[in-house]
Amino acid sequence: MVPLWMYLMVAAGLFSIGLYGVLARRNAIAILMSIELMLNAVNINLVAFWRYQAPLALNGQAFAAFVFVVAAAEAAVGLALIITIYRRRQSVIAEDVDLLKW
Amino acid sequence: MDITVESIVFLIFGVLTLGSALLVVTTRNLFHGALYLMASLFGVAGLFVLLAAPFLAGVQVVVYIGAIAILIIFAIMLTPQVTAMRSVRTAQWPVAVAVAVIFFALLVSVVTPLMDELGVDDFAADFTQENPPDVPADSLVRLGEQLVDPQQFMLPFEVASVLLMAALIGAVLLVWPEGTRSTPPGEAGDD
Amino acid sequence: MDINWFHADYLPWLILLFPLVSFLVIVLFTSKNTVLSQVVGLGGIGVSWALSMVLFVKTVWAADPALGERVYGSSLDWMSLGAYTFRMGVLVDPLTAYMLLMVPLACLMIFIYSVGYMRGDAHNSRFFAYISLFSGAMLVLVLADNLLLLFIGWELMGFCSYSLIGFWAHKKTAMEAGVKAFMTTRVADMLMLVGIGYLFLEARTLNFRDILYNEEMLHHLASTDAILFGGSVAGLVGVLLVIGTIGKSAQFPLHTWLPDAMEGPTPVSAMIHAAAMVSAGVYMVVRMFPLLSAGADFHHFDYSTPMVFMGLIGAITALGAAVLALGQNDIKRILAYSTISQLGYMVAALGIGAWVAAVFHLINHAFFKALLFMASGSVIHAMEHGEHHAAEHGHGHAEHEEPDGLVMDYVAPPNDIQRMGGLLHRLPVTAITMAIGGLSLAGFPLLTAGFWSKDEIIAEAWHGMTNDPFPLFVLLALVVAAFLTAFYTARMWLLTFWGQPRTPAAEYASLGTFRKQWVVWWNKRGWNKDVKLMQEPTTARDRLSFAQMETPLIILAFFAIFAGFIGTPVYHALHDFLAPTLLEEPLKIDFNVLPMLLSMALALGGLALGWWVYAVKPLRQDEVDPTEKALGPGVWEMLQNRLYIDILYRRYLLRPVEWFSVNIVIQAIDKETIDGVLETIAEAFTWLGEAFKRFNTVVIDGVGDGLPRAVGDFGAWFRQVQSGRIQQYLLYVTLALLALGTLFLVQVR
Repeated sequence: MVPLWMYLMVAAGLFSIGLYGVLARRNAIAILMSIELMLNAVNINLVAFWRYQAPLALNGQAFAAFVFVVAAAEAAVGLALIITIYRRRQSVIAEDVDLLKW
Repeated sequence: MDITVESIVFLIFGVLTLGSALLVVTTRNLFHGALYLMASLFGVAGLFVLLAAPFLAGVQVVVYIGAIAILIIFAIMLTPQVTAMRSVRTAQWPVAVAVAVIFFALLVSVVTPLMDELGVDDFAADFTQENPPDVPADSLVRLGEQLVDPQQFMLPFEVASVLLMAALIGAVLLVWPEGTRSTPPGEAGDD
Repeated sequence: MDINWFHADYLPWLILLFPLVSFLVIVLFTSKNTVLSQVVGLGGIGVSWALSMVLFVKTVWAADPALGERVYGSSLDWMSLGAYTFRMGVLVDPLTAYMLLMVPLACLMIFIYSVGYMRGDAHNSRFFAYISLFSGAMLVLVLADNLLLLFIGWELMGFCSYSLIGFWAHKKTAMEAGVKAFMTTRVADMLMLVGIGYLFLEARTLNFRDILYNEEMLHHLASTDAILFGGSVAGLVGVLLVIGTIGKSAQFPLHTWLPDAMEGPTPVSAMIHAAAMVSAGVYMVVRMFPLLSAGADFHHFDYSTPMVFMGLIGAITALGAAVLALGQNDIKRILAYSTISQLGYMVAALGIGAWVAAVFHLINHAFFKALLFMASGSVIHAMEHGEHHAAEHGHGHAEHEEPDGLVMDYVAPPNDIQRMGGLLHRLPVTAITMAIGGLSLAGFPLLTAGFWSKDEIIAEAWHGMTNDPFPLFVLLALVVAAFLTAFYTARMWLLTFWGQPRTPAAEYASLGTFRKQWVVWWNKRGWNKDVKLMQEPTTARDRLSFAQMETPLIILAFFAIFAGFIGTPVYHALHDFLAPTLLEEPLKIDFNVLPMLLSMALALGGLALGWWVYAVKPLRQDEVDPTEKALGPGVWEMLQNRLYIDILYRRYLLRPVEWFSVNIVIQAIDKETIDGVLETIAEAFTWLGEAFKRFNTVVIDGVGDGLPRAVGDFGAWFRQVQSGRIQQYLLYVTLALLALGTLFLVQVR
């Protein structure tokens, strides 16, 4: 089989790409998509570690399943927030929402 | 490492995942971005299959590609995209690139045997293994049992369902059209 | 698990559960339906009362002399702090059982009364939710087996009193009074919390049994030196706890919130003054008494610091509040000051070691004060009714100008006893029950509950008088206060009910049952002139509200008399019942006839003086109050303004704090320092640059321009740090994470 570190590399790459997306994209929906990428990177790690280090226990899979749940909830609430913000300010640009400054 | 069928499949899915992900964060057209996101998520599902977790792969396809990605596409279509936008990137994007690259390098230095071979540390000693024991055949059945076993994951499982319900209600409440908001539950009172 | 919830060990959980549950039910489900909310509220407290009675009877029936050693109660792990596990639980010992006789009963009466009193109010559900929470919190406090749970109930009550005093939030006075009550008690609660924390640090536990029923622990606490102010740990903690009581039970100098708390609906006043809140303050020091008296042998006139502190504060409060009550015209405010004064009695009694007497007076006071407040509520209701009627018939005007904010000497017209008079025939049931409550408050000899408990306190002070100046001081203050109490009670009752109506509003005042029968009976006796009443049409719904308001008065009047016979000098069942609560059982003092005669003389003297001044020749319309005449305008003015203590606080504490927060915190720190520090630097440098420029435009031109611009640019640039943009913040977080990660890796490698 492929050694474990290769999966970890893919996960690291996916996470870094997601990180870039969160930091650099202006559109709030794009930021949300990048967050999904990061969550997936975490899932790859969870499953890969489970497969290689503890295939007999099932905690890794269970954890990944819970990450799915959280991701689904996050996507639903996040998109609802974005739509609400769009309604109020006619914009989905994250930078435009800067009420917290100074 | 020999070139086996499995390693080639891994390569295909890995490249699919990472390449699509890269397109997700760089493409100007957000709708295309969402389609690339689906491709990337599909790649992750493939990796799950390789990792002997077909159930999770299925869930990945159903939940992520089938639900979340579609939800995102809905959101994209509900919010008109300004095509004449100056840039899809923030002003800080060069810093973001640097941060992401450094972060990646940091992770690589920890998870790959690279540093091990240079003799700096031995963090990756465990990560080079190639032949883990096989997954028991009844693992999916046991996963299902564990999720509803009071000694194992039943409480988190129930909490997760409550969380989903709360997210559902919260999302509905958030996007409730403001003009028509007739005393939503919670604010109701005799006053 | 198989728990018999009706076993005395677990029953307390149920008792405190029901009002809290009804609070939740009302808030979450029934808030739109007034009747349902009332039913839920009444049901919660009713069940709670029934269970309390079961528990009380059980405790009394068992009559187990070992109940002090082995109390009822259970607890569960609440928080694991490393090696130490904090347990929360309930505890029923004789003291708690005695409290359980009073608290749920008084609460239930108040609930029933509220149904009638709050009729027609738009926020009935909210009201019942809050008073349910209020009584639940009080039960938590009474049943708690550790100081932290007690404090939780304590704070919950603070919140409830805030929201109930300001219940009519559209009135600015009510809102301000709520805030005042909350903030004043908060000052004390802060110090109390410090005390609790310090006690936990030293004792490693907050459980009552482990601290108070543990000789070793008490000795340890009394003999260890405190970190501050010298003295022992017990002394320091005790003083801090007593300060908590000073705030909660409205003792001098933090008493100012209580008279203003009258802005709330009258059932709330009854709740705060009798069943909960102020009783909680006294209950706490009663509960912690072994700690407060640790290391002192007060039977031989060696008093510990907290005791002396309590004695002085209590005596000053008892006397000062009694004096203040003389000069009030607001019927509820008179009662408020009398509450403060009576609480002073209890605190002073604890100060001289009269533990049983303090508990006794606490319960008796709760009964008759709840009665008095609810009766005053009936009077006010009737007067409001009268005002409306008078306005309809063209006498005066019903609408009065409300002051904007709290005004010390403002009296709302329906509360003004100068405007009443002759209400005896208009509200006979209220008048008679209020007379019973008043006599109990004044300590009418041998019959009333108030007499026996007050007598016991005075007897204890008398007992110590000859040996030590401290009890002597307490005795003198209490004796004078007792006389004044009898007098102002007589004044209040006679001005309200006796003589002829002094305003059209009083003429038309009406509310209550049995009026016709009463007038017929009265006229048959041939006393006074013939009494005639305007008869008014009343609906069945009206009569139901009257009954709802008057039934609790009758029930409480029963207790205001008979609750006293369990603790007379010759029959001391109460003493025997309560004594096992303490590790070191309180001593019974020998019966001495002198203090008893003294308290009889005081009560009768005060009442007789009141009768002579106000009843022999009842005050007529447009006559000046004889008390006002006797005191002279200067003193009267001073009493009306509450000895100017409130104004003093406002001027020297509130204003500076307000000034500090507006000018220093908001303006200086927030706006000028945090927001403006960079601009200020830039400005300063700009100014400096200007000076340079002016000084020598030729030589230092470049520097003079460059420096301020550089600093200004730096300010403008650095300001971007806080841009409000989430991604920028996230970038900082990531950078920090990277830095930490790198550092970590470098360290590990």
